[in-house]
Amino acid sequence: MKTFSYRTATGPADGLEPGAVFLAGGTNLVDLMKLGVATPDALVDVTRLPLGEITDLPGGGLRIGAAVRNSDLAADPRARQAFPLLSQALLAGASGQLRNMATTGGNLLQRTRCRYFMDATKPCNKHTPGSGCPARDGDHRNLAILGGSEACIATHPSDMAVALAALDAIVHVDGPAGPRTIPVTGLHRLPGDRPDRDTVLEHGELITAVDVPALPSATRSAYRKARDRASYAFAVGSVAAALAVTDDGLVSEVRLAWGAVAPRPWRAWRAEERLRGRPATAAEFRAAADAELAAAEPGRDNAYKMELLPRMTTALLERLADREGR
Amino acid sequence: MRLTVNGSEHELDLDPRTTLLDALREHLGLTGAKKGCDHGQCGACTVLLDGRRVNSCLILAIAQQDARVTTIEGLGGHPVQRGFLEHDGFQCGYCTPGQICSAVGMLGEVERGWPSATGDDDPLSDAEIRERMSGNLCRCGAYPNMVPAIREAAGR
Repeated sequence: MKTFSYRTATGPADGLEPGAVFLAGGTNLVDLMKLGVATPDALVDVTRLPLGEITDLPGGGLRIGAAVRNSDLAADPRARQAFPLLSQALLAGASGQLRNMATTGGNLLQRTRCRYFMDATKPCNKHTPGSGCPARDGDHRNLAILGGSEACIATHPSDMAVALAALDAIVHVDGPAGPRTIPVTGLHRLPGDRPDRDTVLEHGELITAVDVPALPSATRSAYRKARDRASYAFAVGSVAAALAVTDDGLVSEVRLAWGAVAPRPWRAWRAEERLRGRPATAAEFRAAADAELAAAEPGRDNAYKMELLPRMTTALLERLADREGR
Repeated sequence: MRLTVNGSEHELDLDPRTTLLDALREHLGLTGAKKGCDHGQCGACTVLLDGRRVNSCLILAIAQQDARVTTIEGLGGHPVQRGFLEHDGFQCGYCTPGQICSAVGMLGEVERGWPSATGDDDPLSDAEIRERMSGNLCRCGAYPNMVPAIREAAGR
């Protein structure tokens, strides 16, 4: 590991010297430092900042402090009651040990687990701009079918972020240029020709909180995750959904987001648009998911996601429609 | 820097790169926590930080000067340890300190009413224990005897 200096942050708007990065739970950053993929000159520890509370927002939403641990958020009674898909997504991710360290802000900012990115000796446009991307011809089984570019087809690995995307969460950041808010669906960049930049955050900007606005239909919501083993593995595909159905069986409200298919948590706007006002049936759910995938560019070994995601989406929406008790 | 481990405070002069695991093993002589993968994937390094189970290989010691660390050496005859002995919950033993620390932390989570991805009504069903313990791998495959060992310890 490259040597670095360490200090604790004194305020969220402190900013960062060049070459410095923020340290929170460290479960991804310390690993990447061991691998030589992250080589910061300095770590600025933000875990002593007062960002560890979950508070009620007027109207039924929640403000989640950026330092709230994933395990505490998953167990929070308000989160479990109002946003089951969020608690389920958190519990589907990582292990008990990792969730005890990982924070809300850090979870959003974790890096891709693409094996070329995780290997400092391999070419990768994300860790070494301009070095190339071996993934298209190499191991891309769990890489993006949506939103990728010639330069990069990495997937964002978070489960929590998929639920937050479905919930239209708002990210609060602070930094030397002052505070601002960013919709979580706009936090992560699509790679284009700058895959080294994961997010729209500027150097020195710190996530301070995430607001989850009230969503009545979210009490009927769920997160479903497919993976290679029963637990403690990254998704090969995941679906976060909330659904409300009218008395005559029409979709009145739907939220849909996918994980493990794109460089960011993928909000399925096109599918949602297609479903609103339509009958809540398996055939409609399937057609909507297929419509979302119209722009997909699967490769040799990740085309299975083209069938996996529609099936998971259809099954999950059917379950939620049944639960509506029609 | 300062580290508080198993109730004792230690003054150490460590490189900032030192993980909590290396501080325990190489500088304090507490070799119970094991280095398996060193990347947070196997759980052999599990210790308790302020009573919560964590992977000590992914934690920088310098960031934990205000925390209380508990290792397997500090558990002192915990019911989970007795359960593992009575049920033969191990074979080679390398993952065992991590399994036991993880189980102790996990039983605390169950007591606090924390949910798991399984969502069974009984938080100590076989499926629940397996899901809640999935951050600890055992290459001998001694899992079947760990499950009753942990469940029994919960009742003590």
